[in-house]
Amino acid sequence: MKTCLTAIISSLMIFSPMAYADKWSDQFPHIKATGDIPGDCSYEEISKKDYKGKTLKINTHAVPVMGEPTALHAEQFEKLTGATVEVTHTPAGDLYSKAMVPFQAGQAPYDVVFGFSNFINDWKRYLAPVPKKYMKSKEMKDVTKSHVGVSSWDGTMYQYPVDGDRHYLKYRKDVIDNPEYQKQYKEATGKELRVPQTWKEYAEMAKYFNGWDWDGDGELEYGSAEVMKKDDLMFAAFFSRSVAYAKNPRTPGGFFFDLETMKPNINNPGFVEALTDWVEATKYVPPGGTNFGLGDEIGSFGGGQTLFSFSWDDAFIAAMQDDSPIKNKVGAAPLPGADRVWNRDTNSWENQYNQAPYIVWGWAVGVAKKSKVQEMAFDYLCFFSNGANHQADLAIGRFGVNPFKNSDFDPNIYINSMGWDPEIANSYTKTLLDMEKSKNRVFPLRVPGVFEFTSAVATGTSKALAGQLSPQEALDEVAKEWEAIVGRVGKKAVQDAYAVGVKMEDNKL
Amino acid sequence: MNFKHKYFFLFPGLFVLIGILIFPIIFVVRLSLSGWNSYNPGLDFIGLDNYIRLFTDDPRFWESFFRLSFLSVTTVVLQYVIGFALAHMVWKDIKFKRFFRVLFLVPMMTTPVIMTVIWRTFFHESLGPVNDILSNFGFSPKWLTDPALAKFTVIIVEVWQWTPFMFLLLLAGLLSLPKEPFLAAAIDGASPVRKFIYVTFPLMAPISIGAIIIRLIEASKIMDTVYVLTSGGPGTSTETSSFYIFIKGLREFQMGYAASMSFTYLIIMIISLTIIAKVLTKLLLKE
Repeated sequence: MKTCLTAIISSLMIFSPMAYADKWSDQFPHIKATGDIPGDCSYEEISKKDYKGKTLKINTHAVPVMGEPTALHAEQFEKLTGATVEVTHTPAGDLYSKAMVPFQAGQAPYDVVFGFSNFINDWKRYLAPVPKKYMKSKEMKDVTKSHVGVSSWDGTMYQYPVDGDRHYLKYRKDVIDNPEYQKQYKEATGKELRVPQTWKEYAEMAKYFNGWDWDGDGELEYGSAEVMKKDDLMFAAFFSRSVAYAKNPRTPGGFFFDLETMKPNINNPGFVEALTDWVEATKYVPPGGTNFGLGDEIGSFGGGQTLFSFSWDDAFIAAMQDDSPIKNKVGAAPLPGADRVWNRDTNSWENQYNQAPYIVWGWAVGVAKKSKVQEMAFDYLCFFSNGANHQADLAIGRFGVNPFKNSDFDPNIYINSMGWDPEIANSYTKTLLDMEKSKNRVFPLRVPGVFEFTSAVATGTSKALAGQLSPQEALDEVAKEWEAIVGRVGKKAVQDAYAVGVKMEDNKL
Repeated sequence: MNFKHKYFFLFPGLFVLIGILIFPIIFVVRLSLSGWNSYNPGLDFIGLDNYIRLFTDDPRFWESFFRLSFLSVTTVVLQYVIGFALAHMVWKDIKFKRFFRVLFLVPMMTTPVIMTVIWRTFFHESLGPVNDILSNFGFSPKWLTDPALAKFTVIIVEVWQWTPFMFLLLLAGLLSLPKEPFLAAAIDGASPVRKFIYVTFPLMAPISIGAIIIRLIEASKIMDTVYVLTSGGPGTSTETSSFYIFIKGLREFQMGYAASMSFTYLIIMIISLTIIAKVLTKLLLKE
């Protein structure tokens, strides 16, 4: 009986996934929480490849965000396959041009290029489509529909999904849910202290909790941390504030432009209202907050300096890391909505509640069409995002890897391996999942010359934040610039590209 | 000796000159006549469209140019005054002269981008040490978020970084001055101030002109400080020509248009620096 039991246990040890987990996690401590997870690009499968004598060249972001996991998985890939992997780190602002200059010159100095998902339209002609083999892999089948969409162009996937991004609200749960503060707030304002449902509520609460020590740590705290620094992704923050006022589910056919006429919507009253709110927000950000880039925002909210924040996951994950002073004191919720939404067909406000998730662009990576080691490049990317690596990467805020697989929405991952409070883990996964299910989403602008459009938004909105122009004047200037860009690029080229994004927004793709 | 042989010896220098100076300028001119951008790569020919757009429909370029003029003239004047004062100080026989000479050069030897990151941390309005100290006296200046003060912050960083360069040139000039005029002034009983005004300063004029022009050329390319410190903000209040050209060329990838701006900027700088050099020569070398 004893021998039989030993044999059964031994067999289980050998043939179960746990056996691989022990074997690989001993060698690669990064995946110690889960061990290897079976899949087409698991440690076990990739170890069967032999790339000795071959070199893979990668251009990625500077460490730590995305640069650190790229280098880590490159090192693991080298050990498993015998390949040589050369990783170059580049600042975010130069990722586009560093790939684009050689692409346009007909060269491929890098086999794998990291960038952002909104580069897709400009990059797609230089990238190899993801081969069917990888599209059918176990890992790829787990990717959410919206992130397959973000990585693809008209049904063809050009960017390998390694990250999932969206903007949502982060708030200090220990303040918003505090009965004493709820009472105090009610007495002072006559309103409920709750997770803000609208941007106006957000502003009222942020103003109330601005400039005093509400968490008793001896430091002053402030209302909100936002990306307001010119050219530092501020356009994305502006769009997050705009969707509630300007994405009307009853007026399909384009959020950024009217698809039929290609007239910019950017200066309609919905966007102007959002920018007016944003100018107001300069009063409840920390000192210097109007010069905050994404790193400052992460540090500010993650370090416990503000009541609210909204943008990518990183600030939330930073706040929930073990070394954070506010671990398990933060909550996640959908972006605030608005009590009215602009109807561009009737040219009037509709006085009803509106909320729209912004599936903002995020990290994306492609394989150069001219690469001579395409198979190895795709194997590396598949390995990068395999189950074990992905779950380990998710737990490290500075890596910048966020949920994009259906299995990521299981709260137990965050409770068991990251020590999150179950209520917070549930609200986090529910927030993300609800965005996936929403039928009123906004996707990033992905048209030729996208940088010209977003740069114009950054310039215009930063002028409004600095008080150089009124919100209406600033957005009129942006609209004029957008019209000029459409003229230069060609109306049809922009229209055709924009139609693909509109199909996704209108739930037709 | 065959007369033509001398041309043979010119070839290496000529080749290098063509490769590193003439070709890039010609390429920029050709690029400026094309519509090369992210969606339309290649050297097509669009005539003077980029130049017409620049002169008729881009006030931001001219605003950034006038902002640059203000920043570069202000920083160079300050660098000259401070650099001259420091050079004059260590020119004399003072204690620890060698130590000070090395110390004053340290800012110039540091990497501009790294130092600007450190300055940005100093001036961080909620987490930086400068406001932490000033808040004890009731001040919390908006170093990076007030449009006027942000320009001043850029000037501080530039002056700190590049005054040593001015110091170095002026110290070298002072050390090379002849001793006789100073001896004559001493025999005549000239006070230190009169000695400076009537002897040191006039003798230093040729070197001063050279130093100011070299620094103006460098200051007019100010980019890294602005990029790291403010990204041209708040709004466009610290955006300079080179930063604007960088945005158009390498952020928005409007290579053709950025080339037209670069070439226009080059012409303007050649003309304006020639005028400045002539004016300075006339003012400082009139005798």
